[in-house]
Amino acid sequence: MKRNKRGTFLPALLLGLAALSWQACSQEQSTGTGTLPYLGERQLVQREVDGQQVTDTVYHRIPDFAFIDQDSQVVTSLTVQDKVYVTDFFFTTCPTICPKMKSQMIRIYEAFADDPRVMLLSHTIDPKHDTVAVLRDYADRLQVDSNKWRFVTGEKDSIYSIAMQYMVSAMEDEEEPGGFVHSGAFVLVDQNRHVRGIYDGTDPAQVDRLIRDIPALLPKKKKKDADKN
Amino acid sequence: MLIKTKFLLYSAGAAALLTLTQCFYTDKQNEGEQLYTQYCANCHMDDGSGLRNLIPPLAGADYLENHRDDLACIIRHGQTGNIVVNGKNYNQGMPGFEHLNAGQITNILNYVQTNFGNNNPRFSIQEVEKQLFKCRHLLEQ
Ligand code: HEC
Repeated sequence: MKRNKRGTFLPALLLGLAALSWQACSQEQSTGTGTLPYLGERQLVQREVDGQQVTDTVYHRIPDFAFIDQDSQVVTSLTVQDKVYVTDFFFTTCPTICPKMKSQMIRIYEAFADDPRVMLLSHTIDPKHDTVAVLRDYADRLQVDSNKWRFVTGEKDSIYSIAMQYMVSAMEDEEEPGGFVHSGAFVLVDQNRHVRGIYDGTDPAQVDRLIRDIPALLPKKKKKDADKN
Repeated sequence: MLIKTKFLLYSAGAAALLTLTQCFYTDKQNEGEQLYTQYCANCHMDDGSGLRNLIPPLAGADYLENHRDDLACIIRHGQTGNIVVNGKNYNQGMPGFEHLNAGQITNILNYVQTNFGNNNPRFSIQEVEKQLFKCRHLLEQ
């Protein structure tokens, strides 16, 4: 009788321990399926249709912008028109998270290399140092195509204010390593310049989710192609 | 019933102990690995692979063998200018880590020398101290 009891307890105990340590060590991650949310402030706008009051929700939208890329091309809101794009903020001399972000961005680049509906847009937050020539060299060393992945510079104020629109923090701070505070966020933007997701660009698991989320924004008929990559 | 609650208590205690010791163990396990993750992995990546032609690899890098005598100084004071690693040119600039002491640098170097598929001779703290003593005039050349 006693032996019998131990016989069931011991495996149960081991199982419990295993479950517990698994729980303690593994990090929860969600899978990104279904529709993606619209992030940022939204406004309710009343209008009249056929004598009836209807309320429209106006989602936060990235305003028009104009920057210069590694090929000295002007990059504007038209460049990203009808594209899904992922954007981030970095600087080439960044002593901390930027190379890791770039190695993750390369994963997105490769996953959608053959899908012209997806683009990447990296803004420098150190335009004084990161001139077109510096960005050119950086992109060359990453061996990426300028049509797919634009590295842009511009007026410092415009870059910092567009960062706010993407809900990403970026500013100068002498106390910080490299002289800037910035987040490692990757922001997913849809064809209408609505922000649809913000991910930690230094975390491979979140970037996995981003890569799975992008096809949800692409028109269905070509979805297979995008998935295939 | 009594036996059951007792058992539950025991197993809860054992589980708590296990997770606790596990955490302590991984914390203390390898200072080199920890410092590497904290200070180097952002650029050289967790697996030492580097980043395309921007950041040189540490995994399988001939540089570690050819420039063994410079490694402690590179970590303490950083590196600028063009260098060649496994036949490729790199010229991005690495910041120095002035606050790391000789012991910490030794641990990082030994982690690098014996991981990522590397199998290079380890450093003693004396060797690292000697290198560090000399880097001053390397810098002022
Ligand atoms: C900001 C990014 C960055 C960080 C952080 C960084 N490195 Fe580097 N490292 C570089 C770059 C870039 C080079 C090439 C420098 C050059 O072109 O002169 C380099 C070169 C090296 C080299 C010589 C070349 C090679 O690949 O063997 C070693 C060794 C090295 N780093 C080790 C480390 C260690 C150890 C740490 C952590 C204490 C570290 N690095 C942190 C960017 C970085």
